[in-house]
Amino acid sequence: MGKPLFQIQDLHVSVEGKEIVKGLNLVVGRGEVHAVMGPNASGKSTLANAIMGHPRYQVTKGKVLFKGEDVTALTPDERARRGLFLAFQYPRAIPGVTMVNFLRSALRAVRGSDVPVREFRTILRETMTMLKIDEDFARRYINDGFSGGEMKRAEVLQMGILKPDMSILDETDSGLDIDALRTVAEGINSLMSEERGMMVITHYQRILDYVQPGFVHVLFDGRIIKSGGPELAHELEAEGYERITGASVAGEVAS
Amino acid sequence: MTDRKATEMMPDSYKWGFHDEARYVFRTERGLSRKVVEEIAGIKEEPQWMRDMRLRALEIFERKSMPNWGPDLSAVNLNDLYYYARASDRPERDWNEVPDYIRSTFDRLGIPEAERKFLAGVGAQYDSETVYHNIREELAKQGVIFADTDTAVREYPDLVRRYFGTVVPPADNKFSALNSAVWSGGSFIYVPEGVHVDIPLQAYFRINAENIGQFERTLIIAEPGSFIHYIEGCTAPIYTTNSLHAAVVEVIVKKGARVRYSTVQNWSTNVYNLVTKRSVAYEDAVVEWVDGNLGSKVTMKYPAVYLMEPGAHSEVLSLSFAGRGQHQDTGAKAVHVAPHTTSVITSKSISKDGGRASYRGLVKAYSGAKGIRSSVRCDALLLDGDSRSDTYPTMEIDERDVTVSHEASVSKVSEEQLFYLQSRGIDEQEATKMIVNGFVEPIVKELPMEYAVELNRLIELQLEGAIG
Repeated sequence: MGKPLFQIQDLHVSVEGKEIVKGLNLVVGRGEVHAVMGPNASGKSTLANAIMGHPRYQVTKGKVLFKGEDVTALTPDERARRGLFLAFQYPRAIPGVTMVNFLRSALRAVRGSDVPVREFRTILRETMTMLKIDEDFARRYINDGFSGGEMKRAEVLQMGILKPDMSILDETDSGLDIDALRTVAEGINSLMSEERGMMVITHYQRILDYVQPGFVHVLFDGRIIKSGGPELAHELEAEGYERITGASVAGEVAS
Repeated sequence: MTDRKATEMMPDSYKWGFHDEARYVFRTERGLSRKVVEEIAGIKEEPQWMRDMRLRALEIFERKSMPNWGPDLSAVNLNDLYYYARASDRPERDWNEVPDYIRSTFDRLGIPEAERKFLAGVGAQYDSETVYHNIREELAKQGVIFADTDTAVREYPDLVRRYFGTVVPPADNKFSALNSAVWSGGSFIYVPEGVHVDIPLQAYFRINAENIGQFERTLIIAEPGSFIHYIEGCTAPIYTTNSLHAAVVEVIVKKGARVRYSTVQNWSTNVYNLVTKRSVAYEDAVVEWVDGNLGSKVTMKYPAVYLMEPGAHSEVLSLSFAGRGQHQDTGAKAVHVAPHTTSVITSKSISKDGGRASYRGLVKAYSGAKGIRSSVRCDALLLDGDSRSDTYPTMEIDERDVTVSHEASVSKVSEEQLFYLQSRGIDEQEATKMIVNGFVEPIVKELPMEYAVELNRLIELQLEGAIG
């Protein structure tokens, strides 16, 4: 094929008329894990939502290519059915809809065909065991009354069941204690393969000890201002964002 | 987009909008008069006391004015209706004896299937007369009476006379008076002391002739320590002129007994559905109303429980769905007459395409009704900006030592929820269905599975018109 798995070209995203992402370029090849790190308000969540096609995040310029196809105008469900996945920072509760029904509907939608009950149960059981998730979890309503940690596990559970080719993980480490983080990270790692790609969006370096990226990018004020290898994450951890972003740019954040 | 929505809501999309040619053995003249009432009593060969009650009710009806505190009823033309029609000569017990054209209607409604599934008594009302009634033998052996109310007047006159009109007197409201004057059909259930009926008893009701009002009368008596679950489900064909459904349901629940009454109602969107449902609960009795209202042009229905003695408990779960041109004015009443009684009211409404859903409820505690507890929760879900939801909760508390709570919420199907589900590959229409089904889940889960499935399907049918 030769085409990269996932590509962002000169992406500009506005929310309610305000430009947040201001010309972002990024290429994720098959088998690659990229970390996008940035301080608060740098545009991390806007980027994640825009990639998945949230209707409130308007792409004013540029495009998102997935497996060579321009997906910028597609609805979120169309993107998901092509193998794109977003693990949410703040997953939504849907009272009255059980996880098990949701997961089965999602898998059916992504596959484009019905999933035999027995097969689904096997997949569900295996993925839940891997993520150390209790069995009655499946009977609870989607994210309804979940703790922060449960929500993140539920996100990775969905990822494990849908097996997307390209996953965007938006602050999946937040709200997790160290044991939970390790379990979740193991789940994420087990889903990585030569064929797949991942983008780990995070504020802190913590998760990157477990999910090790080959590429690290620093996002600031809607652009990637620096890219490098894993050492860049450690540099950020040791010295903070300010040294890389520069004092004058930091001033913009405050304004 | 808007045009397309409109066409999708047209009768074509109404699954049960078929219309069988009904053949009437007899029907009264159009409009209501003393003569019409006497004819109804005459053709039923009713005893004098019932005939007298009908005539008294007619006088009350004529005196009373139309209720003007709720939905617009100005289009109801009471002089233009037929008040009685009979489609077959006698009630039949065996499915195979039911006339073909009636069977074909029921076939489409899945009644034979329901019978196979439940093997309980099936009382199905076709227009004004019950044509099919089947009581399982075990029920009869237990002493349970399950009959259409006309038959009950003939065969169990003492029981009927003792209770008929005691919970909902003719003078209660204009439509209870109307029903008392012209009632026909409905179910009569008597459960002897200590008898538990394990299988839900059910009846299907249909209006199947233009301009025929349906006035069924249901009376349930649960003797001490007994249990029964009664289910009614309604679907109706589409007509161009307005039809009226004005039923009265009376439920008497004695000491330690429990009655659950479930309704899934899906009248076509030109029917005025004005129903008085009321029960009395004695010591330690439990009454549960599960009430789903999807169709009709206007529904006014507020299942009520009078908690007469200590320990009585009532529960009302009310669900309404108001689509284009529909006004669902529904709710519940809990009247705490005795101390240490408890009530729970849960109401859920969905509005779309400019539909209007109102919660109207009453919690009343008489002076001396100490230590009562009542909680009311009503949640409204709006599917678009044109739709409307109102809440009219009334509290009349004449006692200080009470615990009463009321919670209400109005929400929209949120963009965030839709985005979340869509990001997992589920398309917008399916995602909306999931959210709505989740919203109604607390009520649906209280229904037997077959009805839960039916209710979810009806909701989906209604939603399909709404989503591009």
